[in-house]
Amino acid sequence: MSVASATYNPTVARLTYRALLGRRRALILFALPLLLLVISAAVRALSGADDQTAGDVLSGFALATMVPLIGVIAGTGAIGPEIDDGSILYLLAKPVKRPTIIVTKLLVAMGVSVTFAAIPTFFAGLILDGNGQHLAVAFGVAAAVASLAYSAIFLLLGVVTRHAVVAGLVYALVWESLIGNLVPGARTLSVQQWALALAQKVADPGAVSSSVGLPTAVVLLIGVMLAATWFAGRKLRTLTLAGEE
Amino acid sequence: MTVPTSEPPTGACVYDIGYRHYDGARLGRGYVRRSLYTQSLRGAYGLGRSAKSKILPVILFAVMCLPAGIMVAVTVYAHLTKLPVEYTRYAIFLQAVIGLFTAAQAPQAVSRDLRFKTVPLYFSRPMERIDYVIAKYGAMASALFILTGVPLVILYMGALLAKLDFATQSTGFGKGLLAAALLSLLFGGIGLVIAALTPRRGFGVAAVIAVLTISYAAVSSVQAVAYRQGHTGAIGWLGLFSPITLIDGVQSWWLGATSSFVRGYGPPDAAAGFVYLLVVLGLIAGCFALLMRRYRKVGLG
Repeated sequence: MSVASATYNPTVARLTYRALLGRRRALILFALPLLLLVISAAVRALSGADDQTAGDVLSGFALATMVPLIGVIAGTGAIGPEIDDGSILYLLAKPVKRPTIIVTKLLVAMGVSVTFAAIPTFFAGLILDGNGQHLAVAFGVAAAVASLAYSAIFLLLGVVTRHAVVAGLVYALVWESLIGNLVPGARTLSVQQWALALAQKVADPGAVSSSVGLPTAVVLLIGVMLAATWFAGRKLRTLTLAGEE
Repeated sequence: MTVPTSEPPTGACVYDIGYRHYDGARLGRGYVRRSLYTQSLRGAYGLGRSAKSKILPVILFAVMCLPAGIMVAVTVYAHLTKLPVEYTRYAIFLQAVIGLFTAAQAPQAVSRDLRFKTVPLYFSRPMERIDYVIAKYGAMASALFILTGVPLVILYMGALLAKLDFATQSTGFGKGLLAAALLSLLFGGIGLVIAALTPRRGFGVAAVIAVLTISYAAVSSVQAVAYRQGHTGAIGWLGLFSPITLIDGVQSWWLGATSSFVRGYGPPDAAAGFVYLLVVLGLIAGCFALLMRRYRKVGLG
């Protein structure tokens, strides 16, 4: 009980949930998975159940675009707006440990992004080809793992910079897509490729390919999550509130 | 200048305590509109704001121009007979940068006015709703036009330095600028409409980028599927569903550009191309109308 309450604060969690899902933000969070499911249904109707097509849609649209975007919204949205409008002061003034605040907000962000990114990805896989070559499960797992990592990274960004959303998008769009395509070495440092390494393991051989080995991917994933969370907790202890630029 | 007089006080003079009246020129709506336009345009590139807010627009601008510079250098030194890329395709290649610029700068143009409740202050001046919308829309579109147009100017100057055919290059450059203008109006409009819905900058950024990239990712995945299934006619029509492919469709039909759709399957026929143009113009007009509607009431409710 004491360990649980040292790392998780239900009140902070409730406030974060309401900040994430209570406003228009929720519209994007609902619209994106819905669009994925609609597209999957349309593709299924257009081409029938085809594993190759399913893999393309799941990796190109779901894992490469939708998951990072939901990660940005959930990760930075869990703490960014509070820092932005200064109301984080009322939370910091309470006798709650700063790392506890971070861990709680991280758990909420992870829950939200897994719900809105990973579960729809799994269902999209089912719609596309009914789990042929275990693609639906593989991409569901990959999306879940990627959601966890993105939540941790983007929560850290939310604490570190006021331009967290832009910074997160630059990472997700420019680093992973653009530079990842041009410079092969950049793929080693890409959450998307780490997640694909897991998908490669789960799916039938040859169905999914990743440019990172599984052990490297797992070590990097866990390392990045822990490091980002620790550093975010540390940064929150010395947070300075700047005025509007 | 009103000087207290030494005459015996009569009637209203009791209340004349010597305040000076303003009897200079009253600068009207046009002046307000122009000032707001200039201020918003400078703001889009961080001019007149803190050093921190200059970083991102300047980096994006540099990233946008750098490939053009490299291409020019290659053309000049390798004695190529044409530029490595068509003028019209340049913006399509670098659409991620344009999308990021729109997402980052559209909210800063309108969200802060909403958040700090400065919009009512603007409207307490001799300024109508349409002035505010024109100034902001114009500034955003101009900022985007600078971002997409300057690399084209670099390419054009490089092409002339490399002694490529003047007439061909000038036509290509003109078409490129026209496409860039359409793109700036479309992206600026979409960005501002979404950003004006929320006083929170971060959320505005995410929403704009979601609309721009998700629609593109969705369209291109479905196009790839359509190509593999042999529905090549459908590829041209699918482009109607995302902003950048709309521009691509318009320029490949109207300006004779090579389409960036899968294997260059652009709009299938002239009717389709015309539909593309109509949709683009309709969207631009629609964005303007939506912005006008948005500012009918400036509260945040």
